[in-house]
Amino acid sequence: MSSDPDNRLKPLASNATPVSDTSAGIIKIAIHAVGGQGGGVLANWISDLATRGGYAVQMTSVAGVAQRTGATIYYIEMVQKTDKRPVLALTPAPGDVDILIAAELMEAGRAVVRGFVTPDRTTLIASSHRILAVDEKVLPGDGRADSPLVYEKIKLAAHKTLCFDMESIASGAGSMISASLFGALAKSGELPFSKDLFEDVIRRSGRGVDASLTAFRGALNYDEGVPLVRFDSAPKVIGGDRSAAPVGPARLMAQWQSLSDQVTAMPEPVQKMAMAGLRKVVDYQDTAYGAEYLQTVQLFLAQDSGDSTYTLTTTAAKYIANAMCYDDIIRVADLKTRASRERRLRREQQADAGQIVQVTEYFHPRAQEVCATLPAPIGRRIENSPRLYGLLNKLVDKGRRIRTDSASGFLMLWCTSVLKPVRRRLLRHRVETDHLQHLVNTSLSAAEQSYPLAIAILKCQRLVKGYSDTHARGQSKYRMLIDALPALGGQSASAEQLSQLLELALQDESGDLLQAELAALTVNA
Amino acid sequence: MAERSFQKEVQQLKIASGDTFRGEGILAITKALLENGVGYVAGYQGAPISHLMDVLADAEEILTELGVHFEASASEATAAATLAASVHYPIRGAVTFKSTVGTNVASDALANLASGGVTGGALIIVGEDYGEGSSIMQERSHAFAMKSSIWLLDPRPNLPSIVKAVGDGFRLSEASNSPVMLQVRIRSCHLLGEFTAAENVRPPTTVKDALENPQRDYERIVLPPSSFMHEQEKVTVRMPAAVAYIGDNHLNEIFGPDDAPAGIVCQGGMYNAVIRALQRLGLADVYGQSDIPLYVLNVTYPLVDEEFLAFAESKSSVLVVEEGHPEYIEQALRALLHKSGSTTTLHGKGTFPMAGELTGQVMLDSIRLYLQENAAQLMPAQARASNAPSPEVDATLARALPARPPSFCIGCPERPIFAATKMVEQELGAHHIASDIGCHLFSINAPFNLGATTMGYGLGPASASAFNDSSAGRRSISFLGDGGFWHNGLTSSIGNAVFNNNDGVIIIVDNFYSAATGGQDILSSRADNKSKSTNHTIKHAVEGMGVGWVRQIDRTYDVGRVQATLKEALTTEVVGPKVIIASSECMLNRQRRVKPLVNKALADGKRIARTRFGVDEDICTGDHACIRLSGCPSLSVKTLNDPLRDDPVASIDQHCVGCGNCGEVADAAVLCPSFYQADVISNPGWWDRTCSRLRRRLITALQTRRDKRRLVFDEVPGEL
Repeated sequence: MSSDPDNRLKPLASNATPVSDTSAGIIKIAIHAVGGQGGGVLANWISDLATRGGYAVQMTSVAGVAQRTGATIYYIEMVQKTDKRPVLALTPAPGDVDILIAAELMEAGRAVVRGFVTPDRTTLIASSHRILAVDEKVLPGDGRADSPLVYEKIKLAAHKTLCFDMESIASGAGSMISASLFGALAKSGELPFSKDLFEDVIRRSGRGVDASLTAFRGALNYDEGVPLVRFDSAPKVIGGDRSAAPVGPARLMAQWQSLSDQVTAMPEPVQKMAMAGLRKVVDYQDTAYGAEYLQTVQLFLAQDSGDSTYTLTTTAAKYIANAMCYDDIIRVADLKTRASRERRLRREQQADAGQIVQVTEYFHPRAQEVCATLPAPIGRRIENSPRLYGLLNKLVDKGRRIRTDSASGFLMLWCTSVLKPVRRRLLRHRVETDHLQHLVNTSLSAAEQSYPLAIAILKCQRLVKGYSDTHARGQSKYRMLIDALPALGGQSASAEQLSQLLELALQDESGDLLQAELAALTVNA
Repeated sequence: MAERSFQKEVQQLKIASGDTFRGEGILAITKALLENGVGYVAGYQGAPISHLMDVLADAEEILTELGVHFEASASEATAAATLAASVHYPIRGAVTFKSTVGTNVASDALANLASGGVTGGALIIVGEDYGEGSSIMQERSHAFAMKSSIWLLDPRPNLPSIVKAVGDGFRLSEASNSPVMLQVRIRSCHLLGEFTAAENVRPPTTVKDALENPQRDYERIVLPPSSFMHEQEKVTVRMPAAVAYIGDNHLNEIFGPDDAPAGIVCQGGMYNAVIRALQRLGLADVYGQSDIPLYVLNVTYPLVDEEFLAFAESKSSVLVVEEGHPEYIEQALRALLHKSGSTTTLHGKGTFPMAGELTGQVMLDSIRLYLQENAAQLMPAQARASNAPSPEVDATLARALPARPPSFCIGCPERPIFAATKMVEQELGAHHIASDIGCHLFSINAPFNLGATTMGYGLGPASASAFNDSSAGRRSISFLGDGGFWHNGLTSSIGNAVFNNNDGVIIIVDNFYSAATGGQDILSSRADNKSKSTNHTIKHAVEGMGVGWVRQIDRTYDVGRVQATLKEALTTEVVGPKVIIASSECMLNRQRRVKPLVNKALADGKRIARTRFGVDEDICTGDHACIRLSGCPSLSVKTLNDPLRDDPVASIDQHCVGCGNCGEVADAAVLCPSFYQADVISNPGWWDRTCSRLRRRLITALQTRRDKRRLVFDEVPGEL
């Protein structure tokens, strides 16, 4: 670490500040954070550090509405103290920042776009974790920004980059990201102060010192050889290993063995997806349902033109499983009463053995869902009679809070879950079977003309998800796409068109855009 | 109780003369007021001077000890009117508010104050909410100063200069019998720095002295014929006195060499940015020693003609650095040069952009341009060479970045109100929605996208006044916060709606605080405030105003109830305004209030239930309909370790405060059953443990029974 900031190496690039710049001896630090992250704590630490290290320092921040989860900026300038008072700037200027600290990946990107990170001089210290903006979360599909792209771009923009997940280092230590960012700042060696002085500043701040120091050291000693770039959002538990073999009675295990043998007999590229699908389907219903699933997948395998990737069959394996495992009351009741669910819930809620967890479920069944869970003829009968349907709806249509940790609440759901064996006779199953049949037939018949189109058709199943109105809206969008097929022509070019329409449908909650697009298409056709 | 406490920091207000004071700009201003013998202080909170009000509130004990009266005013108009105490009495008074919005509200009182003039020093400290970080329309306070003959101070942005300006302001005010406005910019308010403290001074005359010895002077009252005399007095007596004081006491500063062909005139607040540009051009050193002469206007109104003409005289050209539009100073200086027949040319807007903040880059580019064209010989060779093209913004990167506008906090009680409104609109169609100022204005952003206009604090319902046609098939909906309600909404919005039989629906968002400005108490706050009178309900006030249809909702998180109430309001036959008061405590303030209590109870081994929500990832299908009715920062999405899934599923992180919005919305909008509420009970009692044990036994038995008859695909817990 250099003791004299003037000696620091600052190579000149194309937009370099002229050598006559007398402010070059001033260290300029900008902090970009999201409101609520504790950027102010970090800015105060850096100011204290500078003061105790014999520097004159000036710190400013922008208060106001930006504190409410919006993007916030803090700015610090420091210069070696003399008996004269330096004149320091209150705002960062593009191309004139030595250290840019970003407490979130996209904020690092924003700093780069604003010109606060330049390759001639800026050391970029950024946490690679994400705090998703609302715009990224609201789309029916996946609206998340392209983290790997931003990661690559910010590295190119900076002179030197320290970018790793400082949020998980901090939360692992029970602290805030300000502490791990402070650690990364120490690690960068860009400030002429010893690590002991950094730690002293934390100690003197008085609150949560031990946790802060752990987070500080976690970042300070972070091994950059280990790739810990994580672009997901905060939750730590991201599902477990879903490939372990099931357990159960010998008879069922034998059936499972024979089914999974069928999968292993399939071409290698198909196996992974088919196995995941088989697990899901058997878990959803039973081994017989698994056999049905594999039969349907086999239909696609037989049609698959046999290119090395077997994309058609793999895609079919995925979406047939999803279509077969439609979300009904039985499914929800089953999932909510499993032992594994309880274990996951306690883990997510960080409940230790001595704590009791009370769990309340939020249900809102309507006549529609009740009819779907009745034997098909009865369900249809009620659905077709406005009077009966209205009566039933009056009876059931209200929010229900069910305590699944209580005996009565658990028993109610458990009893629903054991309806599984009769599921095939229920109205919903008829409806969903028709839907699946339609999907399979449409795709298979398209496969004769165009392999990519058959795949694109299967992918439209992605729209069908959710419950109640959401499900109905997804189903109607699916219908709109499938009905548009004749207008598309059935060539391989139309596969691309269908994929584009699918993308549009995934971005478009109401379906209005999709409708307009399809209307234009029909006119053109 | 405000969001940020300055209990520790205000102790610095007592430090001894000669000691070094270290702290933020707002704290320094408070100290300067005490050093100058201020007799009373008032104000209304709002960024960037909210914290000045918080500092004053936390310093109330110190103020009282010194005999200084402090008041949290009902509005900026009230604050400005408070300065009437300095009209007849030799008491120094200071008020503070956000500008220009607060100055707009205060301008009636300010104009009257400035007409009659003052005896004691009257200081108006305005937080100039302009440029990056600002939340209001971009205008200048300068116009108010000019129109009312209030002198405007704009000191250099460092603590010693700001502290000096407070004293200068009082003395200038007394020397010219005029109120003085001290302008502090956003970043100056939160500028961390140092200055050398002086002794605090007790006010020579206190408000108590004045009350006990009343005085009146007919000539100071604004009514003809005095008002005509005031107008003349302003130009013939007060302004000349002010100009003389400013000149004699060198309130404006000149830096750099005496002799140079070019010079820069700048507002004091722009000084550091000008120096930075000169530093980068190699024309000033780190300590501000400049090769270019600088005339720094610490007083931007009135101007001292002789001072400027003397500065301009030896120079062939002068550059005026003035932030914002219109360029009042430049126009005045240009007229001055013209009148005096000077040959010095003047540059300002044109070299600078016509409008907008003078950022570091704008300042560098404009000063470089001016010098290149007018005094290139003064510049070092490198600086003279035209700027290398700035690196191109990477368009791919710019496109990839999501916008991040401010929004509702985790667990905000206003979120369910807008979720309900969105659901009502889905059912009854779109309505004209008038918004107001406050956190609730975030409804205009995703995911709610509700609200068409915002016309000013407390003016939400007022701004829907024209939409009053009983033959129309739809009613207007307008929002009003509790802050705006007490600021002036009660009369301007509610009273007006009653008087004019407005048929619209008014939703008053009551979160127990003036939340957006930092959680200050107001009349309807539920807290016990030892120096203020609280717990005055909005419902009583509204009923007292004459509203017949009033609904009080005491838990905004009850989305179904808010939805039903709003629907009723929009469809009822009742004529006249329909007022819904939706009350729940601001979550940010609630957490600050409750957290220490919970931690203490936990440490004492008491039974505590902590509520959080969660999402069953197997049940969530990744449609995100719940997020479109929430936008809560702790409700996010995550990718599952499952090849069958295309879209990320909803997920709630550990910052969840268990407000209940997720579950309520899922229920009211009939979304999906994937949300669960978990109440984790720490230090459970004997009864808890026994019940839990018995339930456990039953549940395990049922689970085992079911699992015996089927294949169990259990995931192995793991972390990625």
